[in-house]
Amino acid sequence: MHRTGELYGQYKTLAQQKETASLGMWIFLVTEVMFFGGIMMAYTLNRHVYFHAFAMGSNTLSLKLGGFNTVVLLASSFTMAMAVWAAQTGKKQLISIFLSLTILLGFVFFYVKYVEYAQKFHHHLVPGKNFNIFFCRDNPTKCEDISAEDLEEENKELEEASAADPDLNSHAQLYYSAYFGMTGLHALHMVIGAGLLFWLLRTSFTGRYTPEWNTPVDLVGLYWHFVDIVWIYLFPLLYLIDRHK
Amino acid sequence: MAAYEHTEHTDHIVPPTTYVVIITILLCLTAATVGAAYINLGKYNIVVALAIATLKATLVVLFFMHAKYSPQRTKLVIIAGVFWLAILLFMTMSDYVSRVDYRGIHYPMSQRIVHVPSQHS
Repeated sequence: MHRTGELYGQYKTLAQQKETASLGMWIFLVTEVMFFGGIMMAYTLNRHVYFHAFAMGSNTLSLKLGGFNTVVLLASSFTMAMAVWAAQTGKKQLISIFLSLTILLGFVFFYVKYVEYAQKFHHHLVPGKNFNIFFCRDNPTKCEDISAEDLEEENKELEEASAADPDLNSHAQLYYSAYFGMTGLHALHMVIGAGLLFWLLRTSFTGRYTPEWNTPVDLVGLYWHFVDIVWIYLFPLLYLIDRHK
Repeated sequence: MAAYEHTEHTDHIVPPTTYVVIITILLCLTAATVGAAYINLGKYNIVVALAIATLKATLVVLFFMHAKYSPQRTKLVIIAGVFWLAILLFMTMSDYVSRVDYRGIHYPMSQRIVHVPSQHS
């Protein structure tokens, strides 16, 4: 089926047809807001009750990697917006170039996320039987990928947090469950987004997207920007708790 | 339907310069939010962080997602979504922060007092 912009019977104009498609996409995105909203709610409550454990958990994350990923994702949103612009102005080669850049930045994000996740596995920070928030304090030789200053700061935070919370290990597990749950679902959305982008890229080579008809580029763009917005909230919520000590 | 009679093509094209300005602001705000996290503002750290995040999200929605140039009914859908999320967060949290247990102890505190440490710690 090649829908390259013919007008369907129930619409008066192509503009109306496109507006309808766009409205449908927005309604889907609102359901996604509710989906992530429920998880944010669970996070907010646990953070409120177990603040010390959450601050401790947040301090074990790498701000450099998280900050870098934020910049990468914002840049990919920019290239996506430019791809939509290229489609709207009929610059067919630019559509493919900007879509490729968006995919590339998406994969940079995945790689950094992989590095972060791998580090958490090595440091016994994955919720489960072997979860141990004290692992790096007790085995500093196995945590040499953390700089000495960061480790020292982490241990200072650990001391304060365990004084305030007698069961820090269980509550830090709550933080890490939230961390893996939220970033994992966000990454899943990005995988779906990357799949859609590959499809757009493949179809863009045929020159199908024109100023008159570029609805798929526009709608995938909306989805990609939404995923960016989720990260805009996840970054301060997960990485930036109690960093000022 | 009258509005559609005369306009064949209503796509509002946002010029690339606007996108460049927006991405620059977004990157500056990212730097600002990291900077603000290192200043001790007590309980207002989270307020500042979320205010900056909301400002960033608003810029993305308005310009990258073209909401500024969208029809009113699209804007209504967006605002309704945000409003519903606010109900979820605000009403649930106002319940928890005002909850008092049978001893008259405030909710998070009551959790800590009855706490039995697990074997892990």
